[in-house]
Amino acid sequence: MDFRLNDEQEMIRSAVRELALNDIEPIAKEIDAESRHPAETIKKLAEMGIMGMMVSEEYGGSGSDAISYAIAVEEISRVCGSTGIIVSVNNSLACYPIEKFGTDDQKNKFLTPLASGAKLGAFGLTEPSAGTDAGSQRTVAQKEDGHYIINGSKIFITNGPVADTLVIFAMTDKSAGMRGITAFIIEKGMPGFSIGTEEDKLGIRGSQTGELVFQNLIVPEENRLWDEGRGFSIAMQTLDCGRIGVAAQALGIAQGALDRSVQYAKERVQFGKPIGKFQAISFMLADMETRVQAARYLVYSAAFAKDNQKKYSKEAAMAKLYAAETAMDITTKAIQIHGGYGYTKDYPVERYFRDAKITEIYEGTSEVMKMVISRALGL
Amino acid sequence: MSIDRNKGENMNIIVCMKQVPDTTDVKIDPKTGTLIREGVPSIVNPDDKHAIEESLRLKEKFGGTVTVVSMGPPQAIDALKEVYAMGVDDTILLSDRAFAGADTWATSYTLGMGIKALGEYDLIFCGLQAIDGDTAQIGPQLAEFLDIPQVTYVKKVNIEGNELTVVRALEDGHMTVKVPMPALLTAVKELNRPRYPTMGGIIKAYREHETKVWSASDIEAEPANIGLEGSPTQVKRTFAPEPRGKVEIIEGDSAAEMVSGLVDKLKEKNVVR
Repeated sequence: MDFRLNDEQEMIRSAVRELALNDIEPIAKEIDAESRHPAETIKKLAEMGIMGMMVSEEYGGSGSDAISYAIAVEEISRVCGSTGIIVSVNNSLACYPIEKFGTDDQKNKFLTPLASGAKLGAFGLTEPSAGTDAGSQRTVAQKEDGHYIINGSKIFITNGPVADTLVIFAMTDKSAGMRGITAFIIEKGMPGFSIGTEEDKLGIRGSQTGELVFQNLIVPEENRLWDEGRGFSIAMQTLDCGRIGVAAQALGIAQGALDRSVQYAKERVQFGKPIGKFQAISFMLADMETRVQAARYLVYSAAFAKDNQKKYSKEAAMAKLYAAETAMDITTKAIQIHGGYGYTKDYPVERYFRDAKITEIYEGTSEVMKMVISRALGL
Repeated sequence: MSIDRNKGENMNIIVCMKQVPDTTDVKIDPKTGTLIREGVPSIVNPDDKHAIEESLRLKEKFGGTVTVVSMGPPQAIDALKEVYAMGVDDTILLSDRAFAGADTWATSYTLGMGIKALGEYDLIFCGLQAIDGDTAQIGPQLAEFLDIPQVTYVKKVNIEGNELTVVRALEDGHMTVKVPMPALLTAVKELNRPRYPTMGGIIKAYREHETKVWSASDIEAEPANIGLEGSPTQVKRTFAPEPRGKVEIIEGDSAAEMVSGLVDKLKEKNVVR
């Protein structure tokens, strides 16, 4: 057992931290207020090799381990939760399934531009009536000589409105239930594919979320990911990886809110001394620090399991469950410590608070995490 | 050492880099008179990063190699790993117990011997100065030792054939200088914005790249010229100056009023008449 990061991981943290402080934090408030996709940041992240961190170098990635990937998402989210999820979705939900399940041709054509950051990816599973019950897909893909004709829609798709390459799911055999779901790689601009409603959200407003509409969308057979009927398995394995990303995002949001709270507690003077000198505040901060560190160990241990080719479904679920609830708890307390100022947009903690909530919902709600964990206990 | 070249040929660039404590507010232990390094992380000296960035840009434009040389203790390898991750081709650490206690003269000599051991070069780039010592002496002394022309305070570089056109940032303007290669330049922060190390670069730095570590004998340095023994500078005492004097803020409704208030004060103290 060794609780230290290695030198490589430490340097990755400091390099991402430097970028986050210089280039991401200064525009975090603005992209939130304007609900703007930070294309200029994505370009810089791409140059640093952060858009395809775990992808092998052969396909334009950086070849990093999962711990380093979690550290990168954490450090980005520590200053901007929106940018954190854009990065996480591209890495975990777009690059990962193509690298793991794609053919060499599919990797050359679709993965390389996603991993190098030349293109942006998204993942379309959720439908209006298929949320937590992801198996009840209504989008249909009908096979016809050499291609599939896809009809249906997806909602709440992170990066959807700005993505170039998307992994989506559709029923190829309705009678087979979950075993009738198949994954496809589609691209922006394909006839029959359009973006529908874009969501006006509580938080992560710099990340674009929208509806994908398929009307007689023709997808060549070579764009099918793995075999027909393997879609649900692809989705579940992809979400296991995605949960490490979201857990790291939640961890980063919590750490960022804690950073701000410690700083404020040192500066804010009431009754003649900094409020951090009052036990009511200092003990609250002590609890926050402890909880954030506990979340960090869970997140890194899930990533460690993945790096060591162990099963990590339960570990990722526990990390996401705990880190998300930690993010909610820490950001709530951060506003409490800031008092009235914390409730205004003059201080960033209200943004952290709004950004935290989604981590308990997307890529599997906290309740789904508890289902995964309890099933691993044989219940 | 003169290399004939035409535009577009490969450039061999050497950058000198120092690992320094990450603070512009270096604290001195009042008892021992030495820098307090405990708890202060080490970084690549900021001016040196500008020198590395410019060298990488020149390499991208003209082809060639960028080699970074540092003198320091074994832990300076971390800083060399970081600049490797920025994209330099090779890193060399001059490290030997005998180098310890070197002043700027002995350091320049040691770097110069290391550079001679490296072979031919077109350009040597240094940062203007290090944030811990602030002497700005290494670049100029190194150029003298190697007997090549030097241009300090560089904020812009252009290359035409074998000639550099360099803009110097001076306090009251700028100066354009033409200089033949090989030459030594010292970089100021206006020169560029350094790139970040890349993820893939960091991974390669730790998993594949090996910094060459050269001792005093590897670079054939004369023992009498290195370390404490080779240092003509004797540091008698280091201390943090006592805070002195009182600050007086001169207030007024307009700039003219404040200036006239200032002039009155200066006259009062016989600073101006």
